[in-house]
Amino acid sequence: MSGREDPGHLLYGPQPDVAGAAGYPDAPPRVGFFTDTSVCIGCKACEVACKEWNAVPEDGLRLTGMSYDNTGGLGADTWRHVAFIEQRKPLGGQEPGVWHENAENAEDTDVFAAAARLGTDAAPGPGTTTPPPDRAPEGTPAGQISPVAPDGRTELRWLMSSDVCKHCTHAACLDVCPTGALFRTEFGTVVVQEDVCNGCGYCVPACPYGVIDQRRDDGRAWKCTLCYDRLGAGMEPACAKACPTDSIQFGPLAELRERAAARVARLHAAGVTDARLYGESPDDGVGGDGAFFLLLDEPEVYGLPPDPVVTTRDLPGMWRHAALAAVSLAALAVGGFVRRPR
Amino acid sequence: MIEPDETRGAEAARDAVTGERAGRRRRRRGRGEQPMVPDAAFSSYYGRPVLNEPTWRALDIAGYLYLGGLAGASSLLAAGAEATGRPALGRPAKLGAAGAISLSLAALVHDLGRPARFLNMLRVFKPTSPMSVGSWLLAGYAPLTVAAAAADVAGRYRLPGSAATAAAAVLGPAVATYTAVLVADTAVPSWHEGYRELPFVFAGSGATAAAGLALVAAPVGEAGPARRMAVLGAALELGAFQVMKRRMGLAAEPFEQGRAHRLLRVAEVLTSGGAALAALSGRPRDRRSAAVAGAALLGGSAALRFAVFHAGVASARDPKYTVVPQRERLRARSADG
Repeated sequence: MSGREDPGHLLYGPQPDVAGAAGYPDAPPRVGFFTDTSVCIGCKACEVACKEWNAVPEDGLRLTGMSYDNTGGLGADTWRHVAFIEQRKPLGGQEPGVWHENAENAEDTDVFAAAARLGTDAAPGPGTTTPPPDRAPEGTPAGQISPVAPDGRTELRWLMSSDVCKHCTHAACLDVCPTGALFRTEFGTVVVQEDVCNGCGYCVPACPYGVIDQRRDDGRAWKCTLCYDRLGAGMEPACAKACPTDSIQFGPLAELRERAAARVARLHAAGVTDARLYGESPDDGVGGDGAFFLLLDEPEVYGLPPDPVVTTRDLPGMWRHAALAAVSLAALAVGGFVRRPR
Repeated sequence: MIEPDETRGAEAARDAVTGERAGRRRRRRGRGEQPMVPDAAFSSYYGRPVLNEPTWRALDIAGYLYLGGLAGASSLLAAGAEATGRPALGRPAKLGAAGAISLSLAALVHDLGRPARFLNMLRVFKPTSPMSVGSWLLAGYAPLTVAAAAADVAGRYRLPGSAATAAAAVLGPAVATYTAVLVADTAVPSWHEGYRELPFVFAGSGATAAAGLALVAAPVGEAGPARRMAVLGAALELGAFQVMKRRMGLAAEPFEQGRAHRLLRVAEVLTSGGAALAALSGRPRDRRSAAVAGAALLGGSAALRFAVFHAGVASARDPKYTVVPQRERLRARSADG
């Protein structure tokens, strides 16, 4: 389709110099987030730090009753959201159970050395009862978490992931914004100017990830700014700063991509075959995300779209069809007048 | 952000994610039509939507889609009436165009989160934003319709009035069809997937609405073009809609469920019935059947716009319509190598 082979890659496709394409001649390197969910502990420090730094208002103190996630999802007043998923599935390569050889002489155990070994041992240890990751052990009722192993141990894993605005290479919210309130910063991120936004709401259904939303009492659209104010002062965003496990890593995107590739390779070598990167490829439907992830399951399990495409990829085709339809309408009207009534 | 009613739904679906087939599979109460695509198993995050639901109010935005179509096509009727010497057809068409577009502008401003900042719409011109293009289009079109109507009513300034009528007729078809791009240029599955056919649906729907208004307001003797426009418009609207639904795949399903489904049936009955009645209402003394046909066409066009609006919102609300087609796309791509 001709609309997809946009020569300048303004609407679709890889765009290595996103700030340059937006009109910054000497832009600093593009920055972003690499969120490594394999080390996320679900502490929600990122959510709190984000709210604190950006003065994002409170948006309900309710319990969802579905998990430890009482935030629900990204929106106008939630710019970081920690997803929490409980699965009947062991982590690859891990030794199930809590039994330790040296448990009784605790002073002999170097816990830091033990922790450093975690997840690096490809072969499951002797006596392990870990079944293949995608097969439930025998005797497990479908869809339930239950003690399954002969020794009564439970096969279970918790997935936690801190979601955020993806700061897409081709950002639909920015493309469709009629006022120019949404703009591309010199860092390659996407930010709403709150003094320009008139609350038309167009960016809300345009976002393929369900990130940006309208603040009801305020009327304007809000989302993560990747702490534009902090970036300008040479500081890292509040969420990355607060993350105690470095699950949220901030830095130049090129460096983050290298780091992420190495991390996936390391996890695969350690037997965590579920590990995969999401949003990192410049060849995907949005030209790659400025904030990408290492996930341990399919993206939709975390509430992320498996293959998002920026809607404006098809915009040239849309305008062509609308022009044809407009001509058809005019022809139809002319047709009505051609025959004079008898 | 969690609304209280969302919480309840999440609770009902909370067991869904732990199993292998973690999709939410709702049983719908709807009777009659079979789903076009079999229910697919899919994973989701506790059945929660992937997309954020459009914040647009149905009355404002669906109403705007309708009024924009009514105005744009009315401008065509007005210019045709002027060119062929049908003043009694021209006047309601001109007044209709000016009235409808003024109302629609009011609806658009009302729907803004910050109505006082509506002029920011003209702060930039962005071809990538259908709303920006539309704002500039309306900024040119609305004054023309008002000038055309004012000159007609005043009975003076005939030359500028004719020029305004003609210019409005040039912009009118764009006003009627760009709104399809406006809704299609989103991630909402049931809007985006119809981007090829939706402009034609809206063109037909605008034609039936304008023809309906003319049939209600113009004398039978001059309403011949409106009658033919009604038939042609109904054929375009309903035909393009069928093609669209067939090509949309899973995203067509929301058109056959709930409120969108009911509105769509109403639209089909009113539009086809109104067009048929319009075709038969050509006899000089048949004023009443022309008025009934016109009212049916106006109602049918409105019902169609609201159906499209609600189907889109429903498709954004259910993760199925986002996840399943994307999953299939990935599967097809990996099968290709």
